[in-house]
Amino acid sequence: MPRVSSSDHPLPVAQLSSIENLLSISELVALVLQALEAKNTLISWFGRPTTSGEEAGVVVTAVLLTPEGLCVRRAHVAAGSSYPSLTTQFPAAQIFERELWEQTGLLPDGHPWLKPVRFEGVRQQHINDYPFFKVRGTEVHEVGVGPIHAGVIEPGHFRFMCHGEQVQHLEIQLGYQHRAVEALLLQKPPQRLSPLVESIVGDSVLAYSWAFNAALESLANRPVAPATQASRAIGLELERVAMHLATLTGLATDIAYLQPAGTYQRLRTAIINASQRVCGNRFGKGWIRPGASAPMGEALRADVLKTLRAFLPDLQQVNALMTSSRSTQARFKGVGTVSVRAAQDLGLTGVVARASGMACDLRYTLPDGLYAAHPPQLLTQATGDCWARVRQRMQEIEASTQWLMDRLADPTLNLADTRDPFAQTSPSENWPLAPNAQVVSLVEGVRGPVMVALETDASGQLLHAKVQDPSLANWFGLAFALRKQQISDFPICNKSFDLSYCGNDL
Amino acid sequence: MFQSLAVRKAQGTQFIRDLRAAQPGGFRGKPLISDQTCAPNCRLCQEVCPSNAIELKADHADAVAIDLGRCVLCGDCAPVCPSQKLSFNNDVKLSATTRQGLVVTAARPHIDPVVMSAELHQRFGRSLKLRSVSAGGCNGCEMEVNALSNVNFDLGRYGIDIVASPRHADGLVLTGPISRNMMAALQICWEAIPEPKLVIAVGACAISGGVFADSEAIGREFLDKYPPSLYVPGCPVHPLTFISGVMDLLGIA
Repeated sequence: MPRVSSSDHPLPVAQLSSIENLLSISELVALVLQALEAKNTLISWFGRPTTSGEEAGVVVTAVLLTPEGLCVRRAHVAAGSSYPSLTTQFPAAQIFERELWEQTGLLPDGHPWLKPVRFEGVRQQHINDYPFFKVRGTEVHEVGVGPIHAGVIEPGHFRFMCHGEQVQHLEIQLGYQHRAVEALLLQKPPQRLSPLVESIVGDSVLAYSWAFNAALESLANRPVAPATQASRAIGLELERVAMHLATLTGLATDIAYLQPAGTYQRLRTAIINASQRVCGNRFGKGWIRPGASAPMGEALRADVLKTLRAFLPDLQQVNALMTSSRSTQARFKGVGTVSVRAAQDLGLTGVVARASGMACDLRYTLPDGLYAAHPPQLLTQATGDCWARVRQRMQEIEASTQWLMDRLADPTLNLADTRDPFAQTSPSENWPLAPNAQVVSLVEGVRGPVMVALETDASGQLLHAKVQDPSLANWFGLAFALRKQQISDFPICNKSFDLSYCGNDL
Repeated sequence: MFQSLAVRKAQGTQFIRDLRAAQPGGFRGKPLISDQTCAPNCRLCQEVCPSNAIELKADHADAVAIDLGRCVLCGDCAPVCPSQKLSFNNDVKLSATTRQGLVVTAARPHIDPVVMSAELHQRFGRSLKLRSVSAGGCNGCEMEVNALSNVNFDLGRYGIDIVASPRHADGLVLTGPISRNMMAALQICWEAIPEPKLVIAVGACAISGGVFADSEAIGREFLDKYPPSLYVPGCPVHPLTFISGVMDLLGIA
């Protein structure tokens, strides 16, 4: 199968010209182990049951990020069989192997903590049967929180296993938000799925809709106009700014520092209201459609630019207030530390990985379109604690704002001609898709890489849709960060990670 | 100290003085259905609708009905209509006290006004404490419910607050289509709220299942047992849709 460099495609997309050429599972496992030993990144490891016309069993897909770009390899394996678990050597594979087992029954032999990820399918409503770890001994106690939490937050259950004041381990049990998104993606013509895709993770609308539509456009061989790509990048960066601001609001609130909390709130309002003026919705819904994107004419561009120019000095001012406060530093520094080694071992990704010193950002490592022409700064922190995650988010907001202002002020950048160049097709007509093909599409959203993998059958119908949120891998990082901390450190650790429940649960 | 004062000065006055009069710029809100005749046998709007919100009555003078309890305000129906029959304006006042009141047509262009409840006005008109439960939500409505108490909307000025414990609550703010995995927790939370109490269904998902209505992973029996006192449409709801609906329900002047 070909390794496709990102420059051939508007987004990092690997397209398989043929899906006949499948490896055996032992070959695939050996290949992935070799890639991981060479310090490559396992982006995903997922599977689907075979359908009629295929040899019965499971098709497993491995997505690797190598210095040459994305690498996609697949294997066929008989149903109900097992393979040697990757997790025993590379813990980063743990959640992918659990998900693959939950969805297909394929057993990773030797997996140390094989438990359901989200209690889907026949396991629905058996969520109370979750097999928690047990800590035994005197002075040991457990504290359970959730699924419903104190604030207006998504549901999930957290169980703290404590020895005296210290948390020995935090176990995070999710699945409460499971809506069977992947199954729903196969029920309607794919070019009409944007509103559904926008509601998979409602705070990462642009990242999901861009990843999905880029995959679809690749399958349909309908490349979009440069202005469309540029408009999508503008929307994505506005989303990054807004969501990081929401996180900073929560962090300021959690340390009871109300002035920055109030200021971050109103600054976020300015940004999401600007998004609404572009696309009609504060969360970017409607910004991206197959082949097209929200146009930004001169007046709208000037309007957003004006908003950002007023926003940046106020943001820098409140960031300075927050970071210069000694009580803020005392609360965040040295709490919830994840070393770079631990972050790599756990396969952390996105903003929390960068806060632990990992140089991972798809806008930088696999640039394309506007990001290739104008590379964003790669920002990382050294310390991996709550403070680093706070600083990382502050710096990413400032960098994205500056990047947005530079792009919007550039008169050579066209953001207006965002119509679908193939638009003669009626929207209700089905787009012909390449048969027997699989594309993997990745977008660096606010939390990290959002992946959409679509596969078609011999008639060009969607056969399988895989969606992956960066939170899937990062939840284990939060559990790790709590070790040897106090329960009272949980809110700031949790908020500094700010992971998605619905993105995990799908 | 001086830094703090400088931030305070830059902050200025942020709260929206008249929440009922506020009009959000660019918001794709209420659908408008003109009395243009539909093209023969045309079902394009219905076909592109992601949440089955559009009902077509062939050979009927008032042919198109949009159910705001299902509509996610995506706007995808407007550009496909060959008769240019559909458009959206920025009206945020979309809430209703009955499920049927959310259906609009060309002949019936307005959502039924929220009916003020004398009982609710008397009990909760000066203080309404609400417990939020996200049951299969995408975190969009949840973030907008959080925004209700930010410095811009500041709903607390009317004594309307989101509280942590159901024991302290007068009602439930429900977001999400109710995933099967959340059914038990939702029921427990509801039972923990003391009587008298009300349900507010927030967002297309809570009202109808929204884009997830056809999912086998949701179970909506809860709403059959406990019908909402207020339906707040949107995807996600705009804070002003919630605010105007609740203020009207409680009869807050």
